[in-house]
Amino acid sequence: MAVQLQEAQLKEQVRLTDGNEAAAWGALYAGCRHYFGYPITPQNEITEFMSREMPRHGGVFIQTESESGSIYILHGAAVSGVRAMTSTSGPGFSLMQEGISWIVEHEAPAVIVDVQRVGPGCGGGGPGGQVDYFQVTKPSGHGNYRLIVLAASGPQEVFDLTQLAFYLAEKHRILVIVVSDFLVARMQEPVNMRTIDFGPLPEKPWALVGKGKKDGKRAWFFAPCLSEGVVTFYDRLAAKYKRIKENEVRYDSYLTDDADLLLVAYGSTARMAKRAVEMGRAEGLKLGLFRPITLWPFPEQQMRDMAVKAGKVLVIEDGPEGLVEDVRYMTLGKVPVHFLGYWGRHVPTTAGVIYPERILEEVKSLR
Amino acid sequence: MTGATLAKTKVAGRPRLKNATPVWYCPGCGYGIITRVTCEVIEEMGIEDIAIGIAPGGCAGPEGTYIDIDYGHAAHGRAQAVTTGVKRANPKAVVFNWQGDGDLAAIGMGGWMHAMLRAETFTTIFLNNAGYGSTGGQMAPTTPAGMRSSTSIYGKDPRTAGFTVHVAEMAATMPGVAYSARVAINTPANFRRAKEALRRAFEKQMAGVGYSIVEFLSPCPPNWGLTPIEAMRFVEEKLIPIFPLGVFKDVDSIDYSMPAFYENK
Repeated sequence: MAVQLQEAQLKEQVRLTDGNEAAAWGALYAGCRHYFGYPITPQNEITEFMSREMPRHGGVFIQTESESGSIYILHGAAVSGVRAMTSTSGPGFSLMQEGISWIVEHEAPAVIVDVQRVGPGCGGGGPGGQVDYFQVTKPSGHGNYRLIVLAASGPQEVFDLTQLAFYLAEKHRILVIVVSDFLVARMQEPVNMRTIDFGPLPEKPWALVGKGKKDGKRAWFFAPCLSEGVVTFYDRLAAKYKRIKENEVRYDSYLTDDADLLLVAYGSTARMAKRAVEMGRAEGLKLGLFRPITLWPFPEQQMRDMAVKAGKVLVIEDGPEGLVEDVRYMTLGKVPVHFLGYWGRHVPTTAGVIYPERILEEVKSLR
Repeated sequence: MTGATLAKTKVAGRPRLKNATPVWYCPGCGYGIITRVTCEVIEEMGIEDIAIGIAPGGCAGPEGTYIDIDYGHAAHGRAQAVTTGVKRANPKAVVFNWQGDGDLAAIGMGGWMHAMLRAETFTTIFLNNAGYGSTGGQMAPTTPAGMRSSTSIYGKDPRTAGFTVHVAEMAATMPGVAYSARVAINTPANFRRAKEALRRAFEKQMAGVGYSIVEFLSPCPPNWGLTPIEAMRFVEEKLIPIFPLGVFKDVDSIDYSMPAFYENK
């Protein structure tokens, strides 16, 4: 007995939505109709949402047998040229690294939403942290490659960046990671939902659709280092990465013009840091905030310029050293870089949060 | 003989879909013949415009180089997942993969099971040469008990190295499988049967019945330490008794009904 489903339509609307469902909505509005996922906390709402919505929108949902299954079914859909995605968290993202490397090799456009949890191994099994900066920005698969990494700090941004991710993936034939964290995934806010038009995209003569649909001209994939040569392949990737660095850097800044201390944070801690800036300003402290949205390509020059102008940097990151290492490297020793990490949590357990008050306390200790 | 011209008649050649690139397979390897089987069946069914192949890791990795149809490439052990993605994105295409015995029956066993459980409507060409080929002849799950390989130099001992896997028979036990057969390409008669089996498998796929798989016994002379002719004889005398040829499942419909689990009030 098959269940009768009502055809669903996507209209412009405002919905109270959390950061997980915002990713799923964003994908739907972007025209993604192929989702493959495996349950893992704290991203399960995305998988559950897709199991409900994909059939109503004529799409494909597969609950896979593992994250390895997810990434390779995504690989197959991506080389077929359809908009496809998966979502996961720490341990599952680790399991996907091999397949990510293959998607890179075939320059297939695809999207992964990665909701960070805390710790290596089992870690926190759910509650929050920002401990995967290295994993998303310095790819752990083989081959020395780059992925576009978009970091969201709230549900609206998750929604918008997920749509942007599909566009950038097809524009550059690259895998795009939308990274959020437990707090972003769990917070709710009204999300303005509509399909965003980012502009035209190139054709896909490379897609596996059967050569009859391409005037008899076949597409085929085989290890390009062997079939084209190592230099040709890596030259093409290098040119692509250069193009992306020149065109796709995104960031947000707040009250940096006259700041004498620049806070640098991404994701949920950037929201805490923004509040700390407001609280500090009310007390006469000249604080500013720099928030990278693309973790790769990192807005290196922009961050360095603001850091040098302020003369001092405080990186806030809810984990051990990750982002701060890049900030130190990118500021080239021109300014002191201070760090408030996991020890800034209000309680030392997985339930801990780095509150604005704690950030402000750290700011005052630097004066 | 003076001035006489002998008329040339082409009696054999490569299939139309087989391009001019020479295959990298070893002399006496069965994969070149299985490439011919694949090409001829696609040609005869007239499906080259909608056919999409997926090459595996290992010996058959470059297979997509040789056949003039759309062709993808999957990581070692992951062809079932990649092919699932391709078929779900192209539900009207005829999609198939090649997978060797280590690829499908060792590292890829889990993914293979789940592709069958989901009754994915693509076709697997499973290549059984009783060992790992491109890595130099190591033992595989298909290596028969007692057979020597570079990692079982005293013979494969089931107590420490495991029993021999029978892929076509296993597939036949799965509810999502529409067609499962084992064939060989060591004689002209077996070659014809192999073509018939692959055609049947593609027909099941095109009718949307369920998953289909054809296991090919394939000679591997260098890793067996045999000449090409001896290797063909080895298939007949040693492998076929352990891996019997035949059709293990052939159904035209599968019960996909979803029973009412809850009592409706």
